[in-house]
Amino acid sequence: MTRLRWLIPTVYILFLMLPIYWLLIMSFKTTNEILGGFSAWPQNFTVESYVEIFTDPTWYNGYINSITYVAINTVISVAFALPAAYAFSRYRFLGDKHLFFWLLTNRMAPPAVFALPFLQLYSAMGLFDTHLAVALSHCLFNIPLAVWILEGFMSGVPKEIDETAYIDGYSFPRFFTRIFMPLVASGIGVTAFFCFMFSWVELLLAKTLTSVEAKPIAAVMTRTASTSGYELGLLAAAGVLTIIPGAIVIWFVRNYIAKGFALGRV
Amino acid sequence: MLELKTVAKAVGSETHLSDVSLRLENGTLNVLLGPTLSGKTSLMRIMAGLDRPSSGEVWFNDRNVTGVAVQKRNVAMVYQQFINYPALSVYENIASPLRIARTDAKVIDREVRKAAELLKLTPYLDRVPLNLSGGQQQRTAIARAIVKNAELVLLDEPLANLDYKLREELRAELPKIFAESGAIFVYATTEPSEALLLGGNTATLSEGRVTQFGPTVEVFRNPVDLITAQTFSDPPMNVIEVHKSGPMFHREGTADIPVPVAYRGIADRDYTVGFRPHHLSLKKVDETSVVIRARVEVTEITGSESYVHLDYAGVNWVMLTDGIHDFDAGETIEVFLDARHILVFDAEGQGIATDGTRLAA
Repeated sequence: MTRLRWLIPTVYILFLMLPIYWLLIMSFKTTNEILGGFSAWPQNFTVESYVEIFTDPTWYNGYINSITYVAINTVISVAFALPAAYAFSRYRFLGDKHLFFWLLTNRMAPPAVFALPFLQLYSAMGLFDTHLAVALSHCLFNIPLAVWILEGFMSGVPKEIDETAYIDGYSFPRFFTRIFMPLVASGIGVTAFFCFMFSWVELLLAKTLTSVEAKPIAAVMTRTASTSGYELGLLAAAGVLTIIPGAIVIWFVRNYIAKGFALGRV
Repeated sequence: MLELKTVAKAVGSETHLSDVSLRLENGTLNVLLGPTLSGKTSLMRIMAGLDRPSSGEVWFNDRNVTGVAVQKRNVAMVYQQFINYPALSVYENIASPLRIARTDAKVIDREVRKAAELLKLTPYLDRVPLNLSGGQQQRTAIARAIVKNAELVLLDEPLANLDYKLREELRAELPKIFAESGAIFVYATTEPSEALLLGGNTATLSEGRVTQFGPTVEVFRNPVDLITAQTFSDPPMNVIEVHKSGPMFHREGTADIPVPVAYRGIADRDYTVGFRPHHLSLKKVDETSVVIRARVEVTEITGSESYVHLDYAGVNWVMLTDGIHDFDAGETIEVFLDARHILVFDAEGQGIATDGTRLAA
């Protein structure tokens, strides 16, 4: 019995990894091979798909667009959530608990609800098909999330540290940037990661608010698939490249995320 | 000089402080003594300028500083919890107030090293506070308070979270460390023995009121009311309600207690008398000692002393006596009350004045 203890987790992990493995080998196959049969290893190993993605501007611009608006969104979300989370963690004001809960409920609304009003509003403001439009629209769910996560980390810092700093003579901005932010650095890291992730995987708003200039990679993938037939090898390669940024970011914040889970905020 | 004028603080419907008036002179050590929730921390926060009083005024050196931001007051504070900047080294922690004041780097270095030397932190200057022991962390916080050279130094139960030995050590050093600075030094504690060891002045607090303020020994010996006496007594003061008739305090079912000479002149009516646990003893010390036959409830031994909890005709008393005595619970023993040291309060708990010849406690 104890000898087989490794079996269940191994099977489970294999099960989880199978689709990713399949995506990976598909990306090294030709479309004909993918359609032609069932093989666990590419018969004609090719990197053609990757070459095409990195040389065709419609493909690689999709990545650049996605990374641009995700980065803008992450910066905006964290920058606005920092003071908000500080207020929620340090001050008692009228309706603070209701407001905090209301922020969370924004996470629960499906983005589709907001797609149409956003489209009209951003078009009227001349923001349609810009990176900023997507970045701002993603703030809808990312700022509440960022406030929620950061508040947990900030409440873990004793209020007496703030007071000691004021007694020492620190002004508020100086205290906040020099003393406080380093103390919640791991929280900021985790928050940035989640903002990055949610903005990266969101497709509906990103697709609705863009046409050419700021088209995200996921939209490029769907459109290419429909116009030039089923280029499955190419799609698989694009899929692999879409996973990579998330995987890289996860690697950097893996230790902090455990801390976030311990706080019950992630 | 720090002066509080009828300061009150209420948060919502809760009263934290009511009608506190105090005058603390420069270069003095002032102890705020009171149990938890008596308002010590609230009072300190108002002195520091971290909180604004709900009513009343705070004056510092003849200037009204009520509502002046804490950054603009020259104060230093040490908390019960060890509060340091976790991201900074011990050196930078101590240097912090000087850096903010844009002090010359050479002066900072000299001051930090001086304070570190004084508090035995020199070997740890490059470490971060969380890698130090609790005592060293608190020393770091105290060092930061020293280098600031503040006019008002507030210590809120600074030794409460330290172990016994460190507490003894730091307590002896603290008054010396701050003595030269000429600052007003305010020290909050829940322990009467700590107040007595520190000396200086003591203000006893109870339920948000200052019940008495004066030289520590004076407050200890001549508490103005029962609450002050109880605040300033550990273990608690023994009390008994009696009726005075002539030279005796009388109570049905208990031995008569002779009225101390100093109190002979007071009127015949109901009183509450109090005396400290060490005025009960197993040996007769004086002709006037009262013989008490009481039942032992429990005996606590602390090493060189014993606390014997007694039930005397329905009144609970504690005797503090030298040596180890292991009485059985329920056993009836004979003890002696040294009646010269009793304090007399009226039925409302107000201390009764004497003609001044009362013996020392």
